[in-house]
Amino acid sequence: MKKSVFLGALTVAGIVAGGASAATLDEVKARGKLNCGVTTGVPGFAEPDASGVWQGFDVAVCRAVAAAVLGDGNAVEFVPTTGKTRFTALASGEIDLLARNTTWTFSRDVDLKFEFIGVNYYDGQGFMVPKELGVASAKDLDGATVCIQTGTTTELNLADFFRANNISYEPVPIETGAEAVQQYIAGACDVYTTDASALAAQRANFEDPTAHVLLPEIISKEPLGPLVRHGDNEWADIARWTLNALISAEELNVTSVNLEELSAGTENPEINRLLGTEGELGSMLGLDAGWAKAALGVAGNYGEIFEQNIGAATPIGLARGLNAQWTDGGLIYSPPFR
Amino acid sequence: MTTIADPHKESFRLSMLLNDTRYRSLTFQFIALVAIIATMAFIGGNLVRNLAEAGLNISYDFLGAQAGYDINQRPISYDSQDTHGRAAMVGLLNTLIVAVLGCVTATIIGVVAGVLRLSPNWLVRKIMAFYVEIFRNVPVLIWILIIFSIMINATPAPRAFRGDNATASMWLFDSIAVTNRGVYLPAPIWGPGSLLVVGVFLASIVGIFMYRRYARKQLFDHGKMVPTFWPSVALFFIPAILAQIVLGSPITLDYPALKGFNFQGGAQIRGSLIALWFALAIYTGAFIAENVRAGILAISKGQSEAAGALGLRPGRIMNLVILPQALRVIIPPLISQYLNITKNSSLAIAVGYMDLTGTLGGITLLQTGRAIESVLLLMLFYLIISLAISFFMNIYNNSMKLKER
Repeated sequence: MKKSVFLGALTVAGIVAGGASAATLDEVKARGKLNCGVTTGVPGFAEPDASGVWQGFDVAVCRAVAAAVLGDGNAVEFVPTTGKTRFTALASGEIDLLARNTTWTFSRDVDLKFEFIGVNYYDGQGFMVPKELGVASAKDLDGATVCIQTGTTTELNLADFFRANNISYEPVPIETGAEAVQQYIAGACDVYTTDASALAAQRANFEDPTAHVLLPEIISKEPLGPLVRHGDNEWADIARWTLNALISAEELNVTSVNLEELSAGTENPEINRLLGTEGELGSMLGLDAGWAKAALGVAGNYGEIFEQNIGAATPIGLARGLNAQWTDGGLIYSPPFR
Repeated sequence: MTTIADPHKESFRLSMLLNDTRYRSLTFQFIALVAIIATMAFIGGNLVRNLAEAGLNISYDFLGAQAGYDINQRPISYDSQDTHGRAAMVGLLNTLIVAVLGCVTATIIGVVAGVLRLSPNWLVRKIMAFYVEIFRNVPVLIWILIIFSIMINATPAPRAFRGDNATASMWLFDSIAVTNRGVYLPAPIWGPGSLLVVGVFLASIVGIFMYRRYARKQLFDHGKMVPTFWPSVALFFIPAILAQIVLGSPITLDYPALKGFNFQGGAQIRGSLIALWFALAIYTGAFIAENVRAGILAISKGQSEAAGALGLRPGRIMNLVILPQALRVIIPPLISQYLNITKNSSLAIAVGYMDLTGTLGGITLLQTGRAIESVLLLMLFYLIISLAISFFMNIYNNSMKLKER
């Protein structure tokens, strides 16, 4: 009897396991909402505004994917995740897409079984120190106490940097960016290190941003991008090409202003293919012909999203730098829509 | 099954499994066992299958891989080139450090507060009641965060000690620095001959115990009261200090000094350890105080009245009559409080204290992505620690139990 129960259990387990990997696209459509993992709050990248609506650079990716799939940029359930919980949330299926300043690394891509769908921000790890310390270079930080978000690639980069330069430091591991800022302001650590973009974002919220400087050293490559689970290639394609659509649109000068006008049909065949007036790109993805138009309709193209959330005119004040289009000397580059 | 050992002559029928009270309970236990095994097999099988589906496996190879991250508090030597296994060991030792410190401090706080809660003095009684109620009824995580944030905001940063018009200064002839990164104390440097001093010190501790035994013997055999407190204090300090002077100060002190960004030299007790230790001790102390109070109240009033009638003073009544009896009631719940401290120490990450949960269950888990393996190992470690505490406390409990002859 014991044996048959065991075999029965195995059979049921097999059926359950078989059902677990159903297409994410169908699940999202059936649910009517995209579950999107974001940070617990980094100004400019993902943070609820005064009325509780999520805003930011990463949030815009979530909304664009939701618009492409469901036709509505507000059909998103935002799930705040910490550096620690993000991968479990994605792997377990709690979220369909993770857009949370996540660095694309070999082990995350290969060993953790995730699929990075592209890079939406080229970043690097930087250091912030109070101006009064008079530090000009990260190499002068011998013996300093460093606040660091635990469970991130920055922790490993930091160890490597100090080791390579043969100087010592005292790490103070912190769970969230907000706690790190609290300790840094109180002087419990001399230095705060994380991605340079996040440093700039958090400095913008300080009482006196001018009293703190970012050191010139960028000690790592941090290509930040959205990611999905390994194995569902159709869903990965949708997310990847939605991001590419935002990038291509900027290159092709498709903006939120001229979107309607251009989607009536243009002389440029690539714009026509992108916006669905020519070709079958939408149905190849299993979406409507107007998927990219819907994605662009939420907040415009990549450049518009950048300027609106983290650009030079915002309190975050980040320059395009590496994140300019390849035509302007940056690294932002989309494969062709063909 | 073991039920076959049946002394009766009558033959066994299958229906007896249900109808015969001798077998019925065993039948149901067997069914329950099969159900539990089946459920576990279902869950385990599902897990293995889902992992295989995702192309993952269960493997502990990562423990031998290079960790790559640094840990600030290292009871054993460790750097970022060491393995994840060694990082887990560092975390384990840090957990044990805070657990032992917490248990000792909580016991002292708890016993004092518990006894004072029964004080005849109204003010003392009410203050202790206030302490117990406020600490027992707010979650320990909140206390950890409150104490930590008070510490980092109320104490000066190391840079406040710098310069001609420093806003902060060191204590006790410039030997102790209290900063918001922790407390820096002078650390001993063990010069040649220091072993002898340590030996003398250990011998004097043995001496204290022998003296106390002698005093007790004097009391029981001859009814003579020999003073114990001051001779014990003298024995504790004088021989070791004499040895230190006679041997020409083999043990010297390394004083902390402000160099660069931080105090260097001496010994640092980190702010995260202090906050966690203090929060756990004061929180659990409130529970222990209630256990102690319950234990004391469990001793009938006649005992203290009888002791009073014999002419004992209140302090002696408590120490010689009430507490030894109350301990039998206090110790069993005390064991579970010790287990609570050990388990609650896993909240360490809230203040950045690198305990077992912070290293193995935190950074290692995230960097390697081996969640199931890490969590299983984490459970195993905590289980071993808790069972060890229970084991030793039960030995102590048995030694304190009423000896029935």
